[in-house]
Amino acid sequence: MRVTFTVNGEQVSADDVWAGESLLYVLRERLGLPGSKNACEQGECGSCTVYLDGVTACSCMVAAGQAEGCEVRTVEGLADNRGEGDEKRLGTVQEAFVEMGAVQCGFCTPGLLVQTDDLISRTVGAGRGVPEDAEIREALAGNLCRCTGYEKIIDAVRVAAERESAKAGGAA
Amino acid sequence: MDFLRPSTLEEALAAKSAHPDAVPIMGGTDVMVELNFDKHRPGALIDLTRVPELARWGPDGDGVRLGAGVPYTRIIAELGEHAPALAQASRSVASPQIRNRGTVGGNLGGASPAGESHPVLLATDAEVELASVRGTRRVPAREFYLGLRRTARQDDELITAVLLPRPAGPQHFSKIGTRNAMVIAVANFSLALDADKRTVGTGLGSVAPTPIRAEEAEEFLAGEFDWDGGAVLDEAVVRRFGELVSSVARPIDDQRGSADYRRHAVGVMARRALSWSVTDYRKSLQDPRGDARCA
Ligand SMILES: Cc1cc2nc3c(=O)[nH]c(=O)nc-3n(C[C@H](O)[C@H](O)[C@H](O)COP(=O)(O)OP(=O)(O)OC[C@H]3O[C@@H](n4cnc5c(N)ncnc54)[C@H](O)[C@@H]3O)c2cc1C
Ligand code: FES
Ligand code: FES
Repeated sequence: MRVTFTVNGEQVSADDVWAGESLLYVLRERLGLPGSKNACEQGECGSCTVYLDGVTACSCMVAAGQAEGCEVRTVEGLADNRGEGDEKRLGTVQEAFVEMGAVQCGFCTPGLLVQTDDLISRTVGAGRGVPEDAEIREALAGNLCRCTGYEKIIDAVRVAAERESAKAGGAA
Repeated sequence: MDFLRPSTLEEALAAKSAHPDAVPIMGGTDVMVELNFDKHRPGALIDLTRVPELARWGPDGDGVRLGAGVPYTRIIAELGEHAPALAQASRSVASPQIRNRGTVGGNLGGASPAGESHPVLLATDAEVELASVRGTRRVPAREFYLGLRRTARQDDELITAVLLPRPAGPQHFSKIGTRNAMVIAVANFSLALDADKRTVGTGLGSVAPTPIRAEEAEEFLAGEFDWDGGAVLDEAVVRRFGELVSSVARPIDDQRGSADYRRHAVGVMARRALSWSVTDYRKSLQDPRGDARCA
């Protein structure tokens, strides 16, 4: 079957999609967007996390046909947001992950970035301020990392949230 | 394999009736695991995420009719007052990403003995709404679970909603697992007190081939509970309640826990849920407006 949806603001189609194929497979293998990672294919690790109609989901748990007509935003779309011409600048969350040493092998990183982006927009973005560590940990409970031991990741999320909060405060 | 995309309930029911072997898919958090690992290759999938009726909830008599396709995240955000134990249970499911997609309808469709919504639906005496081209019927949750992953749903039927009675007293849910998130329950338990009818409801999960109730424990507690004054219960009553709950468990040993541990754990959860409920109940007598009974 043919599946058509929007990815990072652009309408895309994939042909010959098998009915049981996951959105993750279509993104990686048919649309050339390998940012979302495939690590478990059973919803356990979160490395395939994307936005689906504004809500985060494990793309390995979504049948591609279910994405028909939907808006998908992947990790590739986080940087695009702040792009200037051909120069794609990293988003606040991405920069904080690099700076704080929250990335080792990087396999878990795309999923964590999307999930963190969502957390910050639901907290700082909604005027609720910087989330407490407990809320950060709960938001990231479905994202597994085998390398970092999580501490640097939590630091990076906090730093990103603080910067976004400062920006929001500055703008107000 | 076909991918069917009904956009109305009527179309969905017609599709299920024409292809009784087709597998409905809602959040996909059970179905996709099977497909990704090629455990099961159905002739067709019926995507139910486009059927608007399934994604709504609203009042139904005194209580709430919760569409089978409302994800856990929305239950937590929107139904805390109308269905406190179901909201608690929803919070304990998996991770945010899974809760954004996973639904009570899917939980009932798979009917895993460890599923989080089942003990709550049993304890609160909820009903499951089933529909087919033949019509719609409501089956009490207490009659829905027939055997290991076997339910009262017929092959041509879809689960369209659950009917949640108005809470008439404290409700609680608890779950034991090795982590605070992302775990299938080693055991789970729900308790609901109905101060109007003066009855007690229980639900136990992951301790038998199906979710079950502890009926003797329910009757015992309904008789011992101080419905008028909310007096703190004797230690012996609390202990007896826990024992009666444990006694109905028929657990197995598996990688998540031993049968003995599960039997013990469900009794401990029952005693704790009871003490939380007594505290809630006493509070509600002092401050009836803050009470779930009036929510
Ligand atoms: C990583 C992970 C962690 C999990 N943790 C938990 C947990 O902690 N607790 C828990 O209870 N569950 C857990 N689950 C299981 C799953 O998320 C739940 O069972 C969820 O409620 C399924 O809902 P869904 O909408 O995703 O179902 P789907 O996968 O879409 O469907 C599940 C089953 O129900 C059938 N079905 C779906 N909708 C209908 C309908 N309307 N009518 C008839 N049949 C239907 C499907 O055909 C299928 O058999 C977990 C799953 C994953 C992947
Ligand atoms: S690959 Fe999707 S959750 Fe692990
Ligand atoms: S950095 Fe390697 S898995 Fe997280």
